[in-house]
Amino acid sequence: MGMVTRKTIGMIKFGILSPEMIRKMSAVEVKVAETYDDDGFPIEGGLMDPHMGVADPGLRCKTCGQKMNRCPGHFGHIELVRPVIHSEYARYVEYFLNAFCPKCGKPLVSEQEFAEIIAENPPKSRLKALAKKGSSVKNCPHCGAERNAVRLDRPTNFFEGDKRVWPTEIRERLEKIHDTDLERLGFNPRDFRPEWLVVTVLPVPPVTVRPSIVLETGERAEDDLTHKLADIVRINQRLRENIDAGAPQLIVEDLWDLLQYHVTTYFNNETSGAPPARHRSGRILKTIIQRLKGKEGRFRYNLSGKRVNFAGRAVITPDPMLSIDEVGVPDRMANIITVPLHVTEWNLEEAKRYVASKEYPRALYVIRPDGTRLKVTDANREELLEELAPGYTVERQVVDGDIVLFNRQPSLHRMSMFALKVRVLPGKTLRIQPAICPPYNADFDGDEMNIHFLQTKEAQAEARELMVPTKHIISPRYGGPIIALTKDYITALFILTLPWTKFTKEEAMDLLYAAGITELPEPEEDGTISGRAIFSMLLPPDMNLKFPSTLGKHLVSVGLADKKGNGPISPITVIKDGKLVEGVIDKAAVGTGKGKLIDYMVRRYGEGVAKDFMNRVSRLANRLLYMFGFTISYHSLKIPEELDRKIDEIIEKALEKVYEYIKQYEEGRLEPIPGRGVEESLETYIMVTLGQAEKEIQSLLQKYLLETKLDPVHILDNFAQIFSGARGSFANIKNLMGVQGQAAVREKRPHRGFYQRVTSHFKRGDIGPFARGFARSNLRDGLTVNELFFWGMGGRMGEVDKGVSTQITGYYYRRLSNAMMDLLAFPDGTVREVTRDTIVQFAFGDDNLNPQKLRHGEVPLDVLYDEIKAGEKR
Amino acid sequence: MAAKKSILDHVLVPKCRVLTEQEVEELLKKYGIPKDALPKILADDPVVKELGAKKGDVIEFIRNSPISGKAIYYRVVV
Repeated sequence: MGMVTRKTIGMIKFGILSPEMIRKMSAVEVKVAETYDDDGFPIEGGLMDPHMGVADPGLRCKTCGQKMNRCPGHFGHIELVRPVIHSEYARYVEYFLNAFCPKCGKPLVSEQEFAEIIAENPPKSRLKALAKKGSSVKNCPHCGAERNAVRLDRPTNFFEGDKRVWPTEIRERLEKIHDTDLERLGFNPRDFRPEWLVVTVLPVPPVTVRPSIVLETGERAEDDLTHKLADIVRINQRLRENIDAGAPQLIVEDLWDLLQYHVTTYFNNETSGAPPARHRSGRILKTIIQRLKGKEGRFRYNLSGKRVNFAGRAVITPDPMLSIDEVGVPDRMANIITVPLHVTEWNLEEAKRYVASKEYPRALYVIRPDGTRLKVTDANREELLEELAPGYTVERQVVDGDIVLFNRQPSLHRMSMFALKVRVLPGKTLRIQPAICPPYNADFDGDEMNIHFLQTKEAQAEARELMVPTKHIISPRYGGPIIALTKDYITALFILTLPWTKFTKEEAMDLLYAAGITELPEPEEDGTISGRAIFSMLLPPDMNLKFPSTLGKHLVSVGLADKKGNGPISPITVIKDGKLVEGVIDKAAVGTGKGKLIDYMVRRYGEGVAKDFMNRVSRLANRLLYMFGFTISYHSLKIPEELDRKIDEIIEKALEKVYEYIKQYEEGRLEPIPGRGVEESLETYIMVTLGQAEKEIQSLLQKYLLETKLDPVHILDNFAQIFSGARGSFANIKNLMGVQGQAAVREKRPHRGFYQRVTSHFKRGDIGPFARGFARSNLRDGLTVNELFFWGMGGRMGEVDKGVSTQITGYYYRRLSNAMMDLLAFPDGTVREVTRDTIVQFAFGDDNLNPQKLRHGEVPLDVLYDEIKAGEKR
Repeated sequence: MAAKKSILDHVLVPKCRVLTEQEVEELLKKYGIPKDALPKILADDPVVKELGAKKGDVIEFIRNSPISGKAIYYRVVV
């Protein structure tokens, strides 16, 4: 190697190859359909002729004399005995035939009309316009010759009336077209002549484009293109023999059509009208267009998307002991992947340590200043150690603190790829702190993620400055925290901050030490330490904040508390001088999206404070949940008989109302809703009536639970999750303990299935609630078979919709991002198209505001006010 | 028949005017761009005709924006 030629591409031209050009660039004419002889050597004049380059190591190319990897490959050609139409251009051949006189080659319109067509049409549509005019012309306006419209019978056959026009005839006609007329139509006759659309010479791509594969058995398997080319050569040969032998016209024409078919499928094996060519095994061949087209084609698969080195992929699992800006890397991954260490006089000692080491953090390779790369082995270690000097590069194993990119597909926004710090850990999975799940939209049910180990200092610096999670706690999508506490953390903080939660001194020390705090808060009068006091230790000492909690909203909505703050637990959370004094910490404080506390912390005290807070909570919450049992049992779902009766009453009343509607409908008395039919109105009445009953039951249960379960014992029956907004909802509770309710398919009651009924368990024409998917049972007591079936219908629809809508949305997103990818926000506030340097927007978003710095689109003035009040300067 | 109304008075047509040559020069200098880097508007656009603008003129539009209240855009007639 070493003989690298660098050239700049000045121009790329797309066009049609002329037969002369094809012959000129050909290194050899292919005449034999065979590839290799019995000894395994390529046959001269065959499809693997060494003039077209070599695919076997050791052999030399007969054109350029170079070996396998150095020879760029050379085209060959096949001389077709009879010409065929280029199937991909058949449409244009039809246009040309209908636009020009077969006799004199002049346009089939008067000079004046021709001039008009050219004046009225852009170059792109002139030919089509001319062909449209010309196809109805019977006599050439120039020479008077009679002609008929030429019709294309797809894919490649042409007819004049009932008479077949063969490619030879077509070619003759096209040859007559004048260069001057072509120019006026917008063609450059030096680059394009219409008769080139009729193929007389077929280029044969180099061997390197269609290498044969040697199987383990020693057999050779040829590429699909080679197979197709062999077909062409074979039929071409047979056609020649038949013509030479003076075979009847019919036989010759059959073979000619067969040749046309092979050439057509050689270009495009998905040509409509031509049956796809198959391999002997029955597999459909992948020919030229199939190689290039679509998601798995050359462009999207190999050119827009390339595989990279220094990357890994593994299943992800959670690790609450990690920081949110760390990723746990399996040791076996860290053993293989390296990071370059450029040796200078300042890090020479460090580099030597890596080279000298025989175990884990060791150097795998040493690169000399001249670029030679040496594997570090026990044999040469001492030598290399001696040799090592500034200017060398040491490729050492990945260690803690290295910066990597960590990504989960689909990468829908910039938070889908963070720069994280490595923590090398035992095990086989990649690990992340669960708080960074929301931006990735990751969970741990088998998700896999990709990791990229950054190699250059520039890349590392850029990633560290721009891509660390701490700079993306607030999402620019909606201006609220997207890296926030979820699930167990919310539950734990909720339990911790309930007014009755108290700990002994030892327990408090245990919890705080887990969070990395070595001081104790002031104990209560009875010597215990309250959960709120422990939580307050995590807050900045001067913090003041007031907001309604999720629990508060639940309480207020069933009238157990008012908005002023009165209730069993204050519905408003108050933090005063860094102490939690009222209310609880739940989803409204630390959850994704709205989390007021985290939002305020990031904006007022900075990302670092918010990050430390979340890391501390993570460890503390973990510890806390070990201390409290937290589970649910069947008995927790039981409700007093009285309540059960009440629920029954609500359902009974609703059903009565529904039957009344049906009765009215059947008697034709039903008052339709304006703008809707009677049937439709009935459906709406029924759905609304049942829906209201379900809601009523839900509120009833919500009130009951908040009254009876908001105490130190029952809260641990998993209700803390619902009360705090960590997981589950009161709608779920309604399904469990109240009534499962109406099943829905496409927002309607299920109605398809048997004739006039959904299943055979009902009478024909029954449109009552139970025949149309109303489930009176609940999940605690179990559904009936029919109820389960109806809900299964809705569930199935949901799954199908999910799949379909992600597909459709994905394609929308692809188009949108492709359209917007080179728009860039400039320092002067304008948005410009970089490639063309044109202005698209004069002020970014019309207001020049960064959505990440806003809170749900509004300027966070409270933070500014607090800062000014505290006398801080920005 | 009432006097002919101008489409410029319609509520959905943003406020617009043709910039003077000097204003155009200042605008292009401010953004450091040639005139053809501005967003374009076709010469046969009804608003352009109503304003009597010629090819190469720059029109200032003051649009109502749901985000920022109002937004100023410049478009060159082509």
